[in-house]
Amino acid sequence: MSKRVGIEVSIALADVVGMANTDVVAAYPITPQTHIVEHLAELVADGELDAEYIPVESEHSAMSACMGSAAAGARTFTATAGQGLELMHECLYVASAMRLPIVMAVANRALSAPISVWGDHSDVMACRDTGWIQIFTENGQEVVDIALCAFRIAEDNNVLLPTMVHLDGFHLSHVIEPIMMPEQSQVDAFLPPNKYPFFLDPARPQAMGDFAPPAIYTETKWAQEVNLQKSKETILKAWKEFAEIFGREYKPVESYRCDDAKILLLTMGSYSETAMTAIDAMREKAECENVGLLRLRLWRPFPTDELRKAIENADVLIILDRALSFGSAGGPVGMEIKSALYDVSKKPKIVNFVGGLGGRDITVGNFEELIKKGIDIAENGSENEFEIYGVRE
Amino acid sequence: MENCTIYVPKLITKKENFAPGHRACIGCGEALAVRLAFKAIGQNVIVVNATGCVEIFTSQMPYTSWRVPWIHTLFENTAAVASGIESARKAMVRKGIIEDKNTKIVAIGGDGATIDIGLQALSGAMERGHDFLYICFDNEAYMNTGIQRSSATPFGASTTTSPAGKESIGQFAWKKDMPGIAVAHNIPYVATANPSYPFDLMEKVKKGLEAKGPAYIQILSACPTGWGCAGELSVKIGRLAAKTGVFPLYEVENGKYRITVDFPKLLPITDYTGLQKRFRHLSPEMLEQIQQKVTEKYEEIKEKAEMSARCGQTGTEE
Repeated sequence: MSKRVGIEVSIALADVVGMANTDVVAAYPITPQTHIVEHLAELVADGELDAEYIPVESEHSAMSACMGSAAAGARTFTATAGQGLELMHECLYVASAMRLPIVMAVANRALSAPISVWGDHSDVMACRDTGWIQIFTENGQEVVDIALCAFRIAEDNNVLLPTMVHLDGFHLSHVIEPIMMPEQSQVDAFLPPNKYPFFLDPARPQAMGDFAPPAIYTETKWAQEVNLQKSKETILKAWKEFAEIFGREYKPVESYRCDDAKILLLTMGSYSETAMTAIDAMREKAECENVGLLRLRLWRPFPTDELRKAIENADVLIILDRALSFGSAGGPVGMEIKSALYDVSKKPKIVNFVGGLGGRDITVGNFEELIKKGIDIAENGSENEFEIYGVRE
Repeated sequence: MENCTIYVPKLITKKENFAPGHRACIGCGEALAVRLAFKAIGQNVIVVNATGCVEIFTSQMPYTSWRVPWIHTLFENTAAVASGIESARKAMVRKGIIEDKNTKIVAIGGDGATIDIGLQALSGAMERGHDFLYICFDNEAYMNTGIQRSSATPFGASTTTSPAGKESIGQFAWKKDMPGIAVAHNIPYVATANPSYPFDLMEKVKKGLEAKGPAYIQILSACPTGWGCAGELSVKIGRLAAKTGVFPLYEVENGKYRITVDFPKLLPITDYTGLQKRFRHLSPEMLEQIQQKVTEKYEEIKEKAEMSARCGQTGTEE
């Protein structure tokens, strides 16, 4: 039986990457991701994980080494955050276009300048169009579970796409939580060995990463898009089988107290847990009895159908973004959702806030205030398309 | 050299791992160098190619000139991708996932990809000691994008971003000493080569391949398009690059220098520069300045080679 242990989330994540019998880890240190790769280095140093650990000289090289490793057919993992993810940016597009099943944990971090090591979603939102499967987590248990699922999804021969596991920097990466660590036998039952079909092999010469003239480039991109959209089927299947083995179920859009809810708050990542507490409090105080929470877990491919279904009965949808899209009509998540709901005939009023930037807390009280403010804006309108919450002017 | 034309076909394998039918310019020294290098390398190899001339002219979808496994991802990361492949195979062999067939990893790139934008990744891979051979096909500028200067462009050469003009002598800096940088990484094998000396080139490629750890070979590849010379002159210009001392042919094996194709008396550099449009604007004074630098640099390498030979004799370094 798997045991519940008190463990730092980064350490637990590294342990499960070890249990996945990862072959290659290529990583560069950056806060707040460091504990993950430090612990992986420890596992390799102590002989607990038989892998090659490549201590590369930059994140650009980390992702490049991962591309080489995955193309050679090895199970490949890396982790990064913030500036590190941005330095990888160019490589991210290539990894997905070349169908290289790399798993990467991103301890989400704000972007410079001013330099901030603390969490928000600026780093991931800048990489939303890179063609990776992207999954958000809310607590330590989810980090461990989703990381395991990420290998299964990425390496599935119907998918073969790199996959990011997002965990909020510090708020999730550095906390100690009670986590049900899987048994090795469970991991082995859930995760088959990596069988990358196109691995580089002198017995079977092939060219990877050719130059594409205009006559063929569009078709390659079309194939990539179709493949990423279709990956949702495999993601759902993996989560279903995960539930059968581990008893914990995951969905692209999770809901909390939404059955009778007319007012919905939507969050991503670790702030969702605080938001749940706020929703409990508001319902208990009878301030707002019909409030519920949606948590967007699957960010790419975007779960349009699931989202449309989730908002069917809502009158108001309050979206909390943790990143800015400078000079645009809203936060990245807000704009995405507005776009996904544009063609829906019966849709809620959408209110978009941006908050929790650079690690600023949003407390239970803040969430209550934010929901009330959202309801007010939905009823009375606002001058702005969106609002940055909690700015001290 | 005349006799070689009789013996060469017998001594060099007929097998072409780099297939004809690619899109290189007429007289491309780089295509010639790649062809020779891959005759020496054979088929038990995985090739990692940086963005650049070779990558572009050998890989237009759905065709390829490569009869060996080949991967291209980006411009500046070739050595890092090679690191990943080498590590992956090491882990997979150890874990019994694949068989150990002593497959070689060869990374190739132009001078821009190697000496400018990819230097960090290459330095990292050499420092970490991955077992791979890196070959820089050095045509002394960004030829694929239209002859822009790189840090490997020789002093005085006119390029599209270092054009000769009233206020400009052309390239304003001396060619970066990349073999020297590679030597400073204390790797087992560093060499320079030139397809005009095919046996020397192939010998070095084989040595680099067999070295345990990182090996670096810089191959001067004449570029008629970028250097401004007739296509049929690229082999001759390659020979003159060696005979004038402009591009000395040497190797550094475990720190020991050896000039592999030596010339007791170097020809004047004008024999080399005179055939290329990129140097045509240079005044006699400028050419003299280049001559001095070339002589100085050649002497420096010769001294190192002599010192290495002496150390070898007395065994002080062993």
